[in-house]
Amino acid sequence: MLTIIPQLLIGAADLAAAFLFLYGLKRMSSPVTAPSGIFVAGLGMVVAILASFLYAFDVTTEARPFLATNIGLAFVALVVGGGAAWWSGRKVAMTAMPQMVALYNGMGGGAAGAIAAVELFGGKSQGATQLIVTLAGALIGAVSLSGSLIAWGKLDGVINKPLRFKGQQLVNGLVFMATLVVGGYLVFAVEAGAAPLIATPDLIYLFFALALVFGILMTLPIGGADMPVVISVYNAFTGLAVGLEGFVLQNPALMIAGMVVGAAGLLLTLLMAKAMNRSVSNILFTNFGAVTKQKQGDIKGSLKPAEAGDAGIFMRYVKEVIIVPGYGLAVAQGQQKLYEFVKLLQSADVTVKFAIHPVAGRMPGQMDVLLAEAGVPYDLIFQLDDINDEFANADVALVIGANDVVNPAARTDKSSPIFGMPILNADKAKKVFVVKRGEGKGYAGIQNALFYGDNCDMVYGDAQAVLIKMIEAVRSLGLSAAA
Amino acid sequence: MDFSISISGFVALYIFMLAGFAGWVIIGHVPAILHTPLMSGSNFVHGIVVVGGIFALLNASTTLEQAIGFFAVLLGAGNAAGGYAVTDRMLAMFQTSEHQPAHAKSGRAKAHRPKKG
Repeated sequence: MLTIIPQLLIGAADLAAAFLFLYGLKRMSSPVTAPSGIFVAGLGMVVAILASFLYAFDVTTEARPFLATNIGLAFVALVVGGGAAWWSGRKVAMTAMPQMVALYNGMGGGAAGAIAAVELFGGKSQGATQLIVTLAGALIGAVSLSGSLIAWGKLDGVINKPLRFKGQQLVNGLVFMATLVVGGYLVFAVEAGAAPLIATPDLIYLFFALALVFGILMTLPIGGADMPVVISVYNAFTGLAVGLEGFVLQNPALMIAGMVVGAAGLLLTLLMAKAMNRSVSNILFTNFGAVTKQKQGDIKGSLKPAEAGDAGIFMRYVKEVIIVPGYGLAVAQGQQKLYEFVKLLQSADVTVKFAIHPVAGRMPGQMDVLLAEAGVPYDLIFQLDDINDEFANADVALVIGANDVVNPAARTDKSSPIFGMPILNADKAKKVFVVKRGEGKGYAGIQNALFYGDNCDMVYGDAQAVLIKMIEAVRSLGLSAAA
Repeated sequence: MDFSISISGFVALYIFMLAGFAGWVIIGHVPAILHTPLMSGSNFVHGIVVVGGIFALLNASTTLEQAIGFFAVLLGAGNAAGGYAVTDRMLAMFQTSEHQPAHAKSGRAKAHRPKKG
């Protein structure tokens, strides 16, 4: 009797949690219902965590003497881990969101790996299937942990340059093979009865060490602009690891939640890869820099610099402006000033829209969040497919801190490394202003034909400084008109 | 009556398949504008791993198991709490033109303030 009621309660709570997660994610499909969606999912989490303490009624006989200590440890871990993450999550700047998500994701992967470690060191897995699934979850979780930490380091600027060396893929492949061999040997040894799992701790340590090293090696060579894909991949990995460990622990809530996230991560990964016109394996396993050393067709025309104030005043007297913000805007912290400028234009009856490329920013959709933070209403924000035809009707395309995503070479130049990548057709607008810090090339290291177009003027300078000049120019205009 | 759960072989595969399909369909309907909160939201959902961590920790019978179990709960709790905090913050920012957030209104007022002189 003592075990049936807790079992029933845990089962019901986990069922409720699984439902609430799915329902919560469903509600996240519209900006209107999304805030309640995360609340619903959060409710599911609280229910599941509270119920999980009922496991205390049904622990193994060996663990019974430690029960009081273990419950205490669980409380401390919940409060410390949850509290620290909550505090950091409330405090973090929106521009730092990608590295924060990478960090939380790594934690999840680490937790899944640690659960697998407890199972392995305790010799708890029963049968070959369970053992193989435990090891698979351990491998994926550990890779997700170390890989996410490297991704965090790169996004946070701790690690500045992608680390690439000759024969890197070979080394990575060997480390991965070694991990599989050690894991396979563990399964073989245990199943053949040569050694009980509990007697092989060294091999388990080795297995985890190899998996962690592989995660580091795999992430180090990947460049900053490919991070949206990397974060999606590791999100999917952690989901998968959680799902697999859910099977080992015979917990369907973990299985469902893990697999839902795995599928979500996979979908986002494919979307991002499509937006870059590259395959996922190309992004993860090849060096982008090496591909771009190709001959490029000569670009005719010249770069025409323009004054920020003149550009601002020009936009004040047109009908429609489409703004293409890129990561450079976020780097310059120019979102607030940009919206201030947009509001000035709007009060002068200029229609203003934002066009967002899927890979603008360092994680999927980051630019949307940064604009939302600055107060830009989301009905002004349009995605590539929805706005691309409208550039032809727009009077001005204002490109701020974006480069490769507006390069017409992707449409026309078959020899270009970005050929075929979906781009925003800023060049089709009657007039184009490009706000840029200097004459440098974009991430892909290629010239941008847009900048040399007859209809394009370059406004050089830091995005925020340029926007301040534009605002001042337009505002002084309004004052003199009123006077 | 027995309420213990036993999932083996094909039942597990069925659960994985259906859950994966549900995730794919649900996430496929989320507009691109919400992709960042969606990612941190799904990141939050796999924080459910903390429940597995609690199970492992409560059943730990050696110091090593206790240490790793503690680590699992610590990380899992961080995943769940952090994921929720950032997702909630981001989603609160999305506003339509009709429902301008308070800080944007004050920004607008500032924008119309005449310059010195």
